Amino acid sequence: MNYTDLFRVTLPETILEISALLVLVVDLGLLRKAALNVRLAAAALLGVAGCGAALWAIGNQVGFGLYVDGNLVLANGGTAAVAQCGILLLTALTLLLLFDAVFTKHIGEFVAVVLMAAAGGLLISAAQDLLVIFIGLELLSLGLYILTAFAKSSGKSAEAAMKYYLFGGMSAAFLLFGFSYLYGLSGSTNLYWIQGNIAEAGASPLLYVAWILIVAGLGFKVAVVPFHLWAPDTYEGAPASAAAFIASVSKVASFALLLTIGRNLLMPGGPIGGQSQVVERILSEIYVAWQPLGVILLLVAAASMIVGNLAALAQSSVRRLLAYSAIAHAGYILLGIATQPHYSGQGSAFQFFLGTTAPWRMSSDAVLFYVLTYGLTTIGAFGVVAVVERATGSDKLDSFLGLHKRNPVLAGALLVLFLSLAGIPPLVGFWAKFNLFAAVLSEHAGTVPFALVCLAIAMSAVSLFYYLQVLKRAYVMPAVDESHIKVHPVVMAVLVGIAAAVILLGVFPTLLGNWIERF
Amino acid sequence: MLAWTIYLSFAGALIEALLPKGKAMHARCVALAVAVAGLAIAVSGFIFGMGRGRVVLIDVPWVPAMGIHYLLAADGISRVLVLLTGLAAVAGVLFSWNIELRTNEFFAFFLALIGGVYGVFLSFDLFLLFVFYEIAIVPKYFLIAIWGSTRREYAAMKLALYSFVGSAMVLIGLLAAYAASGSHSTGLIALGHANLPVSSQMWLFPLVFVGFGILAGMWPFHTWAPTGHVAAPTAASMLLAGVVMKLGAYGCLRVAIGLFPRGLDPWGFSIIGVGSWRDVFAVLAVVGIVYGALVALAQTDFKFVIGYSSVSHMGFVLLGLVTLNQIGVTGAVLQMFSHGVIAGLLFAIVGRIVYERTHTRQLAELGPMHLSRRIPFAAWAFVIAGIASMGLPGFSGFVAEFQVLVGAWIAKPWWTLAAGLGIVVGVAYTWRAMQKAFFSDAPQTAHGLEQEHKHPFAALTWPEITGTVLLASVSLVVGLYPKILLDAIEPAVAALLAGGGR
Repeated sequence: MNYTDLFRVTLPETILEISALLVLVVDLGLLRKAALNVRLAAAALLGVAGCGAALWAIGNQVGFGLYVDGNLVLANGGTAAVAQCGILLLTALTLLLLFDAVFTKHIGEFVAVVLMAAAGGLLISAAQDLLVIFIGLELLSLGLYILTAFAKSSGKSAEAAMKYYLFGGMSAAFLLFGFSYLYGLSGSTNLYWIQGNIAEAGASPLLYVAWILIVAGLGFKVAVVPFHLWAPDTYEGAPASAAAFIASVSKVASFALLLTIGRNLLMPGGPIGGQSQVVERILSEIYVAWQPLGVILLLVAAASMIVGNLAALAQSSVRRLLAYSAIAHAGYILLGIATQPHYSGQGSAFQFFLGTTAPWRMSSDAVLFYVLTYGLTTIGAFGVVAVVERATGSDKLDSFLGLHKRNPVLAGALLVLFLSLAGIPPLVGFWAKFNLFAAVLSEHAGTVPFALVCLAIAMSAVSLFYYLQVLKRAYVMPAVDESHIKVHPVVMAVLVGIAAAVILLGVFPTLLGNWIERF
Repeated sequence: MLAWTIYLSFAGALIEALLPKGKAMHARCVALAVAVAGLAIAVSGFIFGMGRGRVVLIDVPWVPAMGIHYLLAADGISRVLVLLTGLAAVAGVLFSWNIELRTNEFFAFFLALIGGVYGVFLSFDLFLLFVFYEIAIVPKYFLIAIWGSTRREYAAMKLALYSFVGSAMVLIGLLAAYAASGSHSTGLIALGHANLPVSSQMWLFPLVFVGFGILAGMWPFHTWAPTGHVAAPTAASMLLAGVVMKLGAYGCLRVAIGLFPRGLDPWGFSIIGVGSWRDVFAVLAVVGIVYGALVALAQTDFKFVIGYSSVSHMGFVLLGLVTLNQIGVTGAVLQMFSHGVIAGLLFAIVGRIVYERTHTRQLAELGPMHLSRRIPFAAWAFVIAGIASMGLPGFSGFVAEFQVLVGAWIAKPWWTLAAGLGIVVGVAYTWRAMQKAFFSDAPQTAHGLEQEHKHPFAALTWPEITGTVLLASVSLVVGLYPKILLDAIEPAVAALLAGGGR
């Protein structure tokens, strides 16, 4: 390793950290006496500029990786680059939606923590080593705990942060415990070596213990059943911007990590040379070893779809509704990660591998497509909820009554975003689902994946009911209060932009699809 | 050129959404202009397409990686149904001329629905067809929930969920067919050529047929239809019965029968005479015909009578489809057109012309008002529409139902016998409703007499008369000279039956 390489590879993260510090300097130093809205604008715009610079840095380093003693530690390009671009874009949107925020006076600190957490997200999207993964994950999580607690005058915010922190600490412990088993079994912390060494040594029962612990740790991050209990409380109590950040940026990063881990199990790396007999043996070992893990993931995915969608039906708070819908969406996404090419044991595993790498790419692309567009839509949804909450003082369903009269444009954005979440064409949410399910089915002729796709589609039919509950109040039921809701022009522009993007990407999904494929 | 019906409608919806509030007349005129333009395109497309088979309107790759094309095309069946949609749109705008509440939004949803319907009828790519099919769900919900009457939120949600469940079943079928055919294309023609294994077709066919059948009012999944029709504002009931139910029937024909024809093969065993999916759905269709008619006979709400009659008439469409012979399927398509026109007319008379003046739909309350004397136009229009609906010769319903019955006789005679029973009951409920609502000799109450003098009924307006005359004359023309439509339908049906829409 040399430090030039380290610097080049971590340039985006470094830029984010520097801009976080800059925000602090400007906010606490230069603008200490300035009015709140000036400080807010300065901090948010500086943060957005930082994200832009980091995005530029990512564009310059595609395909460049960091090696320590010949082991890949950070990989740029591929899924990592897609996820990183998504993270930066979503972070910038979160910051822009901050414009009329009133929950805190410590605006500089808030923006700085957002940027630092985003840097953690960038790190875990690229990490190929257990230790780097853990460090990145902690960087992200610690930022999120702070953000959740940021509304200092609100008891709910503190409660949510406490719950989130306790659950998060526990799940981090699980994850670390699982990592330690992996290390013990393989003698390496590098993902490539781990799967190679484990395949060579043969499957051990301890491996399954490790997987279950890791699934528990990561399942918490992406909020899948049964590790989802923190989500509704956190989404409800956290300041809206923090909740939007948790629901989008943290999701993108965590799913990118899951993809990396899942893919490393299926891609021959590490000790595999050109000898096809070794490759053959290792691959068949991997396919055999993957199946129990696949079953665990599928069970978790199915449970999330069912619990998320059914629990959302009963919610009266829109934020909790979004939290349960997020759990359901995480279930759909996990389905894309959990299903893997099914090798029956007949014929050459190597030939099978060659035949299925392209679809595997297809399903990871579909997962990325889903996560990115879901993150975008959720940020918009939280943006609308935040505006309504400020105007009415609550996020109950009934505070949306008559929204179409109080602000038609806002109601229009809500309509587009929620219908997209429900998966109505021609909005992007439909395309994401279709893409994902088609990818799953093209890889498998098996009954189980097909049954799960059917379950997912049936459950999204259920989801229309609760999304319509919100839209019904916005459009159908009579308004109690008809006063106009004022929205900050920047926030409005961002919300309209997000809604327009949701429509545009839904009508021309190839725009995003081709972009993802390019990496 | 027919593709412009879709774009025009969506553009119209967008304009309506952006129109300033409170300018109701502008909104109406824009909507009427868009609807008339759509009808004009539909008519010219119909005339232009005479004697030609399937015409590809536009074919550009949409998502090349998955073989999805933006493929619009029209064959005879499409052209007839596009024509019906154009008629229903114009009539719908005319009969919602009196909407004062959020007028521009009403027409925005209305035109968005129409655009989706045009899209379904013109799509020759299964994915595209599905997209348009789902686009039509949301406007329906809002049309009923905002502008509806009796239990509107319940009915709207019920309709939306039924539709969404149906389309979820179709989506599963779409994904499975796509994956089973090797994931190359979602084009209807390509999938039809894919030679899916019979075992897959055996379960895909009922799945997709029921998925679309839900929207076609197939018994026992019809319960959204009466509540939805009754709750909907007049124009929306006209569209629901007139074209939206046809979306379902069209999907059954084009997708279920077109792509999975082997799914109709015999199972190889039979349970009490039912030996294939074809028999199953024929039984459901016949039950729907008789059940719908019997329930209509017992209704006290005028609009429910029409609502259940739709279930009964759509049963004929489904029965015609599963006969799988030239005459039966042709009759089914013609019945789609015919029922679209006649049901639209009936809903317009009951929901708009009569209700607007009497403010009641209860047959028992309408009787003493002596409507035949006070609104003779409505009474005679209903007589004409009722005769057409009963299937008397001279109107479109006769030609269509006759063909379906002949087709059913060729397939299995007992289907015809059972469906014939439905026709007899159909005469009974139409006659009963007509007599009770318009020609009752119940003595007028003193209160009613007083009301009559104090509040004379408003005069008929030009949109009401134009719309009624338009629909009634279309039914009459098609009834007297069905060859206009049959020439278009027959070759298309023959091609479709000859092999998976190839």
